[in-house]
Amino acid sequence: MPSLSPNIVALLPEYILTIAGVLIMLAEPMLPAGSSRKPLGWLAILGTLAAGLASWYQLSFGTLHAFYGTVQTDAFSVFFHLLIAAVVLVTLLSSLDYFEGNATHAGEYFALTLFGAVGMMFMTCSVELLMVFIGLEISSISTYIMAGFRKGQSTGVESSIKYFLLGSFATAFFLYGIALAFGATGSTSIAAIAQTLGSSPTQKLAFLALGMMLIGLGFKVSAAPFHVWAPDVYQGAPAPIVGMMSTAPKMAAFAVLLRITFSGFAGIEHRWAALIWILAALSMTIGNLGALLQRDVKRLLAYSSIAHAGYLLVAFTAFPQDGIASACFYAAAYSAMQVGAFAVITQIARYDEQVRTIDDYAGLALKRPVLAAVLGFFLLSLIGIPFTGGFFGKFYVFTAALHSGRVWLAVIGLLNSGVACFYYLRLLAALYSRQPHEDSRLNQIPSVSIPAAVALTFTAVATLLLGIAPGRVLSLAQRSATATAPAAQSTTATSR
Amino acid sequence: MNLDHSILTIITFVPLAGAIVLALLPDRDRIQQWSALAVTLVTFLLTLHLPFHYDYAAASGSFQFEQNLLWIANPSIHYHVGADGLSMWLVVLTGLLAPLGVLISWRAIGTRRRLFYTLFLLLQVAMLGVFVSLDLFLYYAFWELSLVPTAILIATFGRTEHRRRAAIKFFLYAFIPSAILLVAMLWLYAKTGTFDMPVLAQLAATHSISSNSAALWLASLAFLAAFAVKVPVFPLHGWLADAISEAPTAVVMVLAGKLGLYSILRFSFGIFPAQSHRIAPFMIALGAIGIVYGALLALVQKDLKRLAAFGTLGHVSMVIFGIFALTIAGVDGGIYQTLNEGLGGSAFFMLLGLLYERYGTYDMRDYGGLAAKLPWIVTMFVITSLSVVGLPMLNGFVGEFLVLSGSMQSAVAHHIAWTTFATTGVILTASYMLWMIQRVFYGDLSPRSESVPAVDLDIREHLALWPLVIIFLVMGVASPVFMRAIDTAGSRIAATLTHTQATTVNFEATSEGGQR
Repeated sequence: MPSLSPNIVALLPEYILTIAGVLIMLAEPMLPAGSSRKPLGWLAILGTLAAGLASWYQLSFGTLHAFYGTVQTDAFSVFFHLLIAAVVLVTLLSSLDYFEGNATHAGEYFALTLFGAVGMMFMTCSVELLMVFIGLEISSISTYIMAGFRKGQSTGVESSIKYFLLGSFATAFFLYGIALAFGATGSTSIAAIAQTLGSSPTQKLAFLALGMMLIGLGFKVSAAPFHVWAPDVYQGAPAPIVGMMSTAPKMAAFAVLLRITFSGFAGIEHRWAALIWILAALSMTIGNLGALLQRDVKRLLAYSSIAHAGYLLVAFTAFPQDGIASACFYAAAYSAMQVGAFAVITQIARYDEQVRTIDDYAGLALKRPVLAAVLGFFLLSLIGIPFTGGFFGKFYVFTAALHSGRVWLAVIGLLNSGVACFYYLRLLAALYSRQPHEDSRLNQIPSVSIPAAVALTFTAVATLLLGIAPGRVLSLAQRSATATAPAAQSTTATSR
Repeated sequence: MNLDHSILTIITFVPLAGAIVLALLPDRDRIQQWSALAVTLVTFLLTLHLPFHYDYAAASGSFQFEQNLLWIANPSIHYHVGADGLSMWLVVLTGLLAPLGVLISWRAIGTRRRLFYTLFLLLQVAMLGVFVSLDLFLYYAFWELSLVPTAILIATFGRTEHRRRAAIKFFLYAFIPSAILLVAMLWLYAKTGTFDMPVLAQLAATHSISSNSAALWLASLAFLAAFAVKVPVFPLHGWLADAISEAPTAVVMVLAGKLGLYSILRFSFGIFPAQSHRIAPFMIALGAIGIVYGALLALVQKDLKRLAAFGTLGHVSMVIFGIFALTIAGVDGGIYQTLNEGLGGSAFFMLLGLLYERYGTYDMRDYGGLAAKLPWIVTMFVITSLSVVGLPMLNGFVGEFLVLSGSMQSAVAHHIAWTTFATTGVILTASYMLWMIQRVFYGDLSPRSESVPAVDLDIREHLALWPLVIIFLVMGVASPVFMRAIDTAGSRIAATLTHTQATTVNFEATSEGGQR
């Protein structure tokens, strides 16, 4: 349908999700109180699927500019759109039963998830910093609310407030960064910034602007030292929401960061590379060391997600060759395994979340061998064992880093992987080698529903395929790399 | 269809298919055991294809049964498998030990059989994959994969409460050097643009430009360190005694030795001949110390399994000692000893496992005077011990003789002193083995051996042990059968190492011209 206006095509997935979300909001009051909210969930799932297809459809248009050049859909945005849609889909499928009979406002959950996804998708296709900011706010506000979704629980409330307050600070930093960027270059369009930056005498101001934005986005991706909120928020928020929170919005923020650094501020790479180097090294180390001390599984995964943000940041230091491609691939692999792990945790912990610590997971393999095997597989992928997506993720990131001469960062990263495997193994050992307690709550896990089983299968297969046949996703990632950073084109296209 | 091109793939992936089937089968009765036995037997029969179709007259540098398919385009990673005289017998050995391991676990593993056999088969897949991979990346993938089932098996089926600690210790000891190995590998790739092992070896052998790059040295050390931990080479053996004393018999049979030793021979020597040549005197020293140290520690152990663990340290050190002598005899002997360690160690651990099944203890003081009650077990024990200590006509003698004579001829420093020192290890080994036999099987009956009814080998156990005992004898008497293939690989390795002794290799020079 080439006759469609670019303004419609460019934001088609966002439109679809918004309409689905609004429909859910409208339909919710019509359902009798206490009745199942699942139909709304199915509507959300349909909406997400449609949005994913719409993103795929955008791919046929190549690079598309809309809304006076503030929105740009290209292979890069499509890559992240698909990723976000997949994460949201898995979250919805695995949480269809989660709120059933517990929360009266379950319908809002489905709508907010979709609205959050709108914001994230909008972030990845905006090439105008103010538009990015709007997307960031849309996505953040829904996640703030969802973090406190279990109203009665104090940890949930703490989680939500903490997330909201700190998150507001972070977005304020981001906004300040935009203002400084405007001051330095006279524009808030990423392309215009890139153009003026080369000749501009205000490089220091531009660097300060980038630094501010880096703080805001660093918070969003929970990179150290802006990570302190993550463990508390993850612990308090409901499991399926943590699964989404720790993947989709982060990946959207990484997408923005990639666009800003690689396209916008490419001219002052020599300045920001060191900054990112430090962030990456800190995140990997602090995340992994922090995770070593955790007994609570959700906190453990929170710290590990800090570490993974660090691994992903390593890709940024591989500027420009392979940086974007390897970051995109890592984003896909990380999303698959992380959201998969949380899908399992959602099944095990259920709404009351009594199963929390590593000890509570002891003997899962005896009680529920399939769930244990799937969780074990995700853990192995998080460690980075070959034939899993996590391995190739690290592989590409560190290859890219080595290729651009960041040997020490790669060494730090791989040593960190060694530390990381200790705490993952502790959980893995609990699953397999320990006997469950007499009164173990694992006895009470109900059987996995079909949608949740689909979600688990999807993530597990995705993790496996990314580990065995990474070629397809990688080529998509490379396409998106060439779409974003024209400078990187020549090097990524040729095989080294 | 010509089987020769796909045989290695079939061998590697039959156990994988078996593992998947086992994971789906119900976990009850004997279904799991019999299926595992069937899968491993089929795999073993398939491995026998190799020695019968191996072209012994082929040029020594070549690989056979090769298959080379593109796996991932960028970076260029191939599914490249092949075998030469070095890996062929190791593949057969791995094939052989698997069904024996299943047989010996028959009674020892009474619960959670599905988990056990599934992981055991996965472990076999990983080991076979390591031996047949000719692509560095593919090799690494299998190498890492081998850690997972091993660690879970130790953590789950270990003997005491310390099993989880032993498993995590094992995993960390193996994983962290592997991570550094990965850095070195990626660096190598960044320099040469290939992961293909024969190509890398070719580059290493031909482009000898006298530029001593520090990075190249670091990379070679990263490779060597990762392998040395896995072997384990003294003093990196911290994980060994814990892991071995915890692990179930079938896992111990494949735990130490083969993977690391093979990797040193193939990759450390293949890709970094000059660096390996330089570091050889140091490694020889470590090998010799390891031989004596392992034997001395074994001598003072009261726990049979720890005794065997330190014995293992001594035996793998013997291989290190042999191969780093860098003579043809030394390398050949090292390869032969690698096989011997796989066979003799397995038989020894199997017998210890049988004793444990019967008497519930590894403490030597609880045994005594069992010879009259358990004639078959004693016989097997004695034959195994004689093979391990290197009695002529048995396999151990051939290997040890080659290793020691190889090191005596070696041009690497201090050969006579070190050889003399290492040879004392032979005496010490004989002492602890014979002393152990005396303590366990002769003398007065201990209260425990008296109270427990004596049960000698049953048919299944006979079936598990006899193949090994027969092979001891065959390898002792008919060593040329095995040596033909081994020698082609051994001579090639020794030749590469000695040719490059004066020069160091610079990969950077090659990457400019050829690959880009």
